Amino acid sequence: MLMQQVEQSVKGAVQIEGLSVSFHRQGRENRVLEEIQLGIRPGEFACLLGPSGCGKSTLLNLVAGFIKPTAGYVTVDQQPITRPGADRGFVFQQYSLLPWKTTFQNIELGLKIRGLSKPSRRELVDDYLNRVGLYKHRNSYPYQLSGGMQQRASIVRALVNSPSVLLMDEPFAALDAQTRHMMQELLLDIWEDLKTTVIFVTHDIEEAIFLGDRLYIMGVQPGHIKAELPIRLSRPRHFDDTLSTEFINLHRQVFECIREETLKSMEAG
Amino acid sequence: MVLTEELNTPQDRFGNLLNSKHGTYILPLITTLLLFIGWELAVRLFSIPEFILPAPSAILAEIPQWGGAVAKNAWTTLVTTLLGFLAALALGVLLGFMIGYSKLANLTIYPLLIGFNTIPKVALVPLLSIWFGIGAVPAVITAFLLAFFPIAVNVAIGLATVETEMQDVLVSLGASRFEVFQKVGLPHTMPYLFASLKVAISQAFIGSVIAETVASNGGIGYVILSASSNFNVPLAFLALLALAVMGVILYSFFMVLEKRFVHWI
Ligand SMILES: Nc1ncnc2c1ncn2[C@@H]1O[C@H](COP(=O)(O)OP(=O)(O)O)[C@@H](O)[C@H]1O
Ligand SMILES: [Mg+2]
Repeated sequence: MLMQQVEQSVKGAVQIEGLSVSFHRQGRENRVLEEIQLGIRPGEFACLLGPSGCGKSTLLNLVAGFIKPTAGYVTVDQQPITRPGADRGFVFQQYSLLPWKTTFQNIELGLKIRGLSKPSRRELVDDYLNRVGLYKHRNSYPYQLSGGMQQRASIVRALVNSPSVLLMDEPFAALDAQTRHMMQELLLDIWEDLKTTVIFVTHDIEEAIFLGDRLYIMGVQPGHIKAELPIRLSRPRHFDDTLSTEFINLHRQVFECIREETLKSMEAG
Repeated sequence: MVLTEELNTPQDRFGNLLNSKHGTYILPLITTLLLFIGWELAVRLFSIPEFILPAPSAILAEIPQWGGAVAKNAWTTLVTTLLGFLAALALGVLLGFMIGYSKLANLTIYPLLIGFNTIPKVALVPLLSIWFGIGAVPAVITAFLLAFFPIAVNVAIGLATVETEMQDVLVSLGASRFEVFQKVGLPHTMPYLFASLKVAISQAFIGSVIAETVASNGGIGYVILSASSNFNVPLAFLALLALAVMGVILYSFFMVLEKRFVHWI
């Protein structure tokens, strides 16, 4: 089984070695991440879970190359990360579609920057639009779309460039519960197809267990990896699975682990 | 069928007009007309003398004699205003870019601009007439001085408020610095720029007319001044009317331009 998976996707191995980050504010050092050490296999769906303020976004931004570490390094397929690149697609919580461009124009941005011809751009983008049910809305502007549709467009905008890693920072946190569940299933659907490595940041325990192959639970002060937990629920997953005993036991286990950290971060204010 | 019948009640038809495209110019035209009718009636009813407040009919009666002269001077004012406005647009956008993009410019130039903006520009006109003589130049400069501040400030605000996430998205798609500006910074600034142009054109207009009443021998401002000193109040009002019409036309032009260019808001 495992061998088969490794063969399926050869790119997208993420290695994080001794990664630390400090921010300096008014002459004082604020240590946000300390000695992060983790390895994510190609094609794996990894979830970063932790209370708000523990440094999840910071860690993801380091992998994206938006910020630089104080110590340590990140590699993707043995290449050290020094700056942002199209090999790492990023999906923000607030969709971040350009308001003056249509769905289609937003999604083709990366392809256009890379200089792909118009016919090949159209073919690729339309294929993805169909896949996520947005073809009808290809000429709509973001303000004409619901939150769920905007987030689908923003996911496709990253995926259309065939990144080796998809980085997602609480992408469904702003959606209502119904839409969120549908988006989770849709994301898994696409991922089963593409087997792109995913690093998914969330503070929602249920979401992390439902989506992930592996959970990295983060602790606070300074941010560190507190526990690593493989999720061996069978795939493809459906929303009924969240009601299984296995799921509920996992939920309880993770909840206890996170609770301590949440209390700590609340005490610190 | 029933639906169309219901839509034909007077209230519904008014509601339709209120929300339709035509409503945006038909309704203001109706209120303008009502204002003139009320004005005419008031003047006749209270027998207000013409040299205090002429009736609209008396103002329009000046057209055969003075219409040509007013039109010629209105043209002068229009050209003056547009010259000042164009200069303001060029320098305003340039300064706005500097302030919006450079922290140094923001800390050095911006406070100076704010200080300068608090000076009432009318106070500068006598000085301008000493430096540049009586004529069109002081008017163009006054128009420019009044118009460039809102443009510079708005462009700076537009550039400074670009969401970092949008820029990050572009960078992570492999965009260069210039592409990030072209695809995010520039379009994001457009609504701010166009909003400021509506303000700036009105300001330029005010500036040129003020200067014309102080240091000029042409333009609508000059017409009003000389008509008043000759007690030709109906002519002064005709000139005022020309000003109002020009102001509305200029403002509407930039409003339409804004709607075309900033369609996503
Ligand atoms: N650019 C920055 N400058 C200073 N402090 C920052 C910066 N970014 C994040 N931080 C700090 O790092 C900590 C972790 O932030 P973040 O990674 O956003 O947490 P999370 O995403 O888990 O909620 C917070 O205490 C925050 O104040
Ligand atoms: Mg965050």
